[in-house]
Amino acid sequence: MTVLIDKNTKILIQGFTGKMGSFHAEEMIKYGSNVVGGVTPGKGGLKHLNLPVFNTVKEAVNQTGASASILFVPPAFAADSAMEAADAGIKTCVAIVDGIPSHDMIKIKRYMRRYSRIDKMTLIGPNCAGVISPGKAMLGIMPGHIYKEGRVGIIGRSGTLGYEAAQQLKNLNIGVSTSVGIGGDPINGSSFKDILEKFEKDEETDAVLMIGEIGGPQEVAAGKFAKENMKKPVIAYIAGLTAPKGRVMGHAGAIVSAYGESAVEKVELLKECGVTISKNPSVMGETVKAALNGKTT
Amino acid sequence: MDIHEYQAKKILSGFGVTIPRGGIAYSPENAENKARELGGSKWVVKAQVHSGARGKAGGIVLCNSPLEVAQATDKLLGKKLVTNQTGPSGKIINRVYIEEATDIKKELYLGLVFDRSSESIMVVASTEGGMSVEEISKEKPETIIRSKIEVAVGMQQFQAREIAFGLGIDPKLISRMADTIIGCYRAFSELDATMVEVNPMVISNQGQILALDCKMSFDNNALFRRSQVSELRDKTQENPNEVYASDRGLNYVSLDGNIGNIINGAGLAMASMDMIKLAGGEPANFLDVGGGATPEKIVKAFKLISMDEKVKVILVNIFAGINRCDWVAEGIVQALEKIDIKVPLVIRLAGTNVEKGNKILKDSKINYIEANTLEDAANKAVKALGK
Repeated sequence: MTVLIDKNTKILIQGFTGKMGSFHAEEMIKYGSNVVGGVTPGKGGLKHLNLPVFNTVKEAVNQTGASASILFVPPAFAADSAMEAADAGIKTCVAIVDGIPSHDMIKIKRYMRRYSRIDKMTLIGPNCAGVISPGKAMLGIMPGHIYKEGRVGIIGRSGTLGYEAAQQLKNLNIGVSTSVGIGGDPINGSSFKDILEKFEKDEETDAVLMIGEIGGPQEVAAGKFAKENMKKPVIAYIAGLTAPKGRVMGHAGAIVSAYGESAVEKVELLKECGVTISKNPSVMGETVKAALNGKTT
Repeated sequence: MDIHEYQAKKILSGFGVTIPRGGIAYSPENAENKARELGGSKWVVKAQVHSGARGKAGGIVLCNSPLEVAQATDKLLGKKLVTNQTGPSGKIINRVYIEEATDIKKELYLGLVFDRSSESIMVVASTEGGMSVEEISKEKPETIIRSKIEVAVGMQQFQAREIAFGLGIDPKLISRMADTIIGCYRAFSELDATMVEVNPMVISNQGQILALDCKMSFDNNALFRRSQVSELRDKTQENPNEVYASDRGLNYVSLDGNIGNIINGAGLAMASMDMIKLAGGEPANFLDVGGGATPEKIVKAFKLISMDEKVKVILVNIFAGINRCDWVAEGIVQALEKIDIKVPLVIRLAGTNVEKGNKILKDSKINYIEANTLEDAANKAVKALGK
């Protein structure tokens, strides 16, 4: 089993013929992802990158059997595209786009309540780098070569800080089973807890590195979940020690507005849940290594 | 995005919330005329700055004659108001709001925010108006009423009624209060707000329910479809460097330290600042040039940091992915040909083509300190301070 995607997962690109969609579709194909086509309303019937273009996601799913999609559409239309994917039966949808209004995110999540647990799409992002299962498939915009194939799961809000972690692991000869960017927005498709749950069940993952930051309740909620439900070790780093209260630090969701949302408080609460803390961002790799060794001895 | 009190009041009154009569003034004469126009015998002059706690800072003055209104306005206009929320530099008062004074019988609290746990809109109310919501939850937590609203169907009458009854007000006022609460909810939901706060919401001696002070904030991501909100932006209330940055598509927050940062990605930026702090330094800013770190953005970032006089060392930390390090390095070289940097510069590149990138920097005429890891970069930046 692999978390979210594998070599065979059939992938659609929503916003296929645009500049971003074309560029990243090519990168994904180069990495080995099974991209089967794309959707650009009004351009159905054309070929792009030697792949079919469809007018609607439903049509694309019917013709190709795709089960995953990635959105490269402007923020104003992203909610509509995500709901279209959910309705067409897509199982995993990654929204890279930064700038979706919070009200729209709530709307998407409410919309998806109409589906049963089995039929429900997993939305990853928005404002994220996507998902990669090294050596298998990439459904995102990350530089694939920095990820070594292996057995550590990564969940993070930030793209480049996630790359930093993957490289630290690679330098220590530790590989990654799947890395999932859940994005920096206050309301996102999947939470830390949602992905931890998947990693706990994944036979190809031994430990999980969680890269959180200030703002919101998700990291602590994930810590509580780990304490009650997980056997695999969870290692965490929380960014934003120097962030002042009440200021947005780049990510729309990175703002301390209540107790438990600052980096110091989150670290304390995670420790209480038995999560191993990486004390600074330059030792994320080493902390994971120590936790892995602790498990085998 | 934040707006002024008088702007929030105008918006809420459009949703059926009653506000005291008042008007905006830009000069003492203007203010005096406004007071005469409003009539009555008591007026309040309120400094319009993007901050709460204005009363304690002297930004709200009760006046007994139009002449006093003019005098109070004269004192406030052009001054910087320093509250416990503005920081030591304060915020400039460019306009005042003249309002008829209200005879207050009871002060209540009403606030609406996004609740990130339940991903819904949370309405918070309390009988203890006039205090901040933090103070209320510390000192009188038992008075707080919370109600989660399902956004798909919106706020229902019964939910508003429950809150109104919970506030223990005169039964004759329940229906009016429920309408007021629903008005605030509709403003929140229909205008893509992230916060609506009416504090205090008062009941006057005449039995009116009035929004005496209001604050509203809006989702920056939704401003594209809310032109009536985005045109209310007042850049004089923002840090000038932050305005410069946001106008150029950079994510920037000014801080108090002296190590300037140029980093790609918000998470990596926060992590780099953490490392600076752990190395014994203090960051002068948060600056995310975006994951892509294009040469144009890097030029703009250097310009911005060079405008900050606090900065004694600059730390550049770029993790290049699909944008390769060689491309980023060329951007840095180009930027430094255009901008004269007088303080020590520490550069750490990582990711795709890092060797090529470092070679480009070395072969250029740039005077800089090379760093290899996050930790190395932070240590070298702090060390460079001492030179």
